[in-house]
Amino acid sequence: MSELLEVRNVTKRFGGLVANDDVSFNVGRAQIVGLIGPNGAGKTTMFNCVAGFFAPTEGEIHLDGQPVHGLSPERCAKVGIARTFQVARTFTSMSVAENVMVGALMLRRNTTLARSKAMELLEFVGLARHADRAAGTLTVSEQRRLAVARALALEPKLLLMDEVMAGLNPTEVREAVDVVLKIRAQGISCLIVEHVLEGIMPIADRIVVLDYGKKIADGTPAQVSQDDRVIAAYLGE
Amino acid sequence: MNTLTLPAREHGDAPARFKLNWNLALWALGTAVLLVLPVFVESPSHQNLLILILMAAQLGVAWNILGGFAGQVSLGHVAFFGIGAYTSTMLLLNFGVNPWLGALAGGVVSVLVGTVIGWPTFRLKGHYFTMATIAIAELIQIVFNNWDAAGSAVGLTIPMDKQGIGMMIFASKLPYYYLALGLLAISLGVSWWISRSFLGYYFRAIKDEPDAARSLGVSLTKYKLVALGFSSFLAALGGSLYAQKELYIDPNSVLHTGLSIKMALVSILGGVGSLFGPFIGAAAFTLIEEGSRIAFGGTGRGTDLIVQAVIIIAIAVYKPSGLMGWGKELKDRFFSRKQEGGAK
Repeated sequence: MSELLEVRNVTKRFGGLVANDDVSFNVGRAQIVGLIGPNGAGKTTMFNCVAGFFAPTEGEIHLDGQPVHGLSPERCAKVGIARTFQVARTFTSMSVAENVMVGALMLRRNTTLARSKAMELLEFVGLARHADRAAGTLTVSEQRRLAVARALALEPKLLLMDEVMAGLNPTEVREAVDVVLKIRAQGISCLIVEHVLEGIMPIADRIVVLDYGKKIADGTPAQVSQDDRVIAAYLGE
Repeated sequence: MNTLTLPAREHGDAPARFKLNWNLALWALGTAVLLVLPVFVESPSHQNLLILILMAAQLGVAWNILGGFAGQVSLGHVAFFGIGAYTSTMLLLNFGVNPWLGALAGGVVSVLVGTVIGWPTFRLKGHYFTMATIAIAELIQIVFNNWDAAGSAVGLTIPMDKQGIGMMIFASKLPYYYLALGLLAISLGVSWWISRSFLGYYFRAIKDEPDAARSLGVSLTKYKLVALGFSSFLAALGGSLYAQKELYIDPNSVLHTGLSIKMALVSILGGVGSLFGPFIGAAAFTLIEEGSRIAFGGTGRGTDLIVQAVIIIAIAVYKPSGLMGWGKELKDRFFSRKQEGGAK
């Protein structure tokens, strides 16, 4: 019972295309793990496998010792895996608070309780004063934090974040980083797919690097950034 | 921060209290008008028009639960209406089952059929789902057209020998008006309850972003089936009421494709996904329908349909939020102007 998430020898093929090739890695409790790699390295595919949106072709995924590979996304949500998307996928017909309420309703089907929980979480990500605004009117940065609040409403063990920092200005990156650190402080592990290395490198406990679907490095940010194969993958040989 | 929010809140409070009374007053007024209206409308044909509006509104409300709240546009809802009408009528004619019970049975059959249809078709997205609903409704119409026990194309006639509330058969129009009003009230009540409960949130989530909804633990198939269940049950009740009012049903009257489209249009015209939209839409749509039929019906077949189409296209192009959205816009403009005036 040491690791929270164990990804063992996961391969995902789409027809002839191998998006993930025999990838294994772990996420520990209350750890921030960065999943990085050049475009097309298979990061989002790996993410979708963990979150239940894809079933791995081969290999196993365990959360807390229980197999979760092949579960549907809604089952994954129930066993403790929450996620955000590359595009925020905000529920635009709802207010900001109502977006979070949808997540909170999974555990308790009571709208009054869901509302108060939503307000707590909006406070947590710094969106409380926008609670009753139409969610579609938030900025990109705010919508990403809204998606995080929505996912946290599931009270997950593991939060998967797909590019929370891409396209943000430096101030917004710092806000996003603060939120991630606060989440870890709550004891929730974070697996983060990220392009913005200056955002993820300083806060990650470990970094997993994918290239052409294979894992090429796994270690602390300092180790990984010294790795010849990682440098080659990012800069070209 | 406190000093900033305090005056803002006071400022917002007055219109809020005003709005609350407004809503209550509107409710009371609307209910009162609907309750006494038929007393002042003596002509049976005008009474019939009012009943048609209430029944169209009820079907729109039923359709809106699936099509408006959950965003699954069905153009085959007449199937549930027809199943309701046929179930209660066949139970009455063959086994002497009381129509009140028959209507409930029709609702149950409708939900069962809906579940069997919904299970595979809800995997289809957007237009493909809509096309499947059209095909299935057509299929059901063909079945009833050829099913001898259901009267095939000749239809079924309910004898008028036993009248009264117990058998849901009346010589005058008036009782049907109140039955239609009651059914509409029940449908609005169910719709209101759904919109406030977790189901309302789940339905809107599915409509807005299905993948995000799944990631938050919302099973798409399950909750689409729940939406379809409420929607088809209420549509079937409407069908049974129609059968009892007309005392005659055939595939052309209760399984006609045009009625599916009407159910959808009533909601879209009034404002998709809103609680009272279908009611407003039904009033507008039925008046347009009957009005254009009276004005142009004799000059050539289909002229009335062209007029309806033009009006509907105009709404779709200029006011996609429907009449409810338009009304809200006008109200907001009126109130903001009033506030500006008060501030000066």
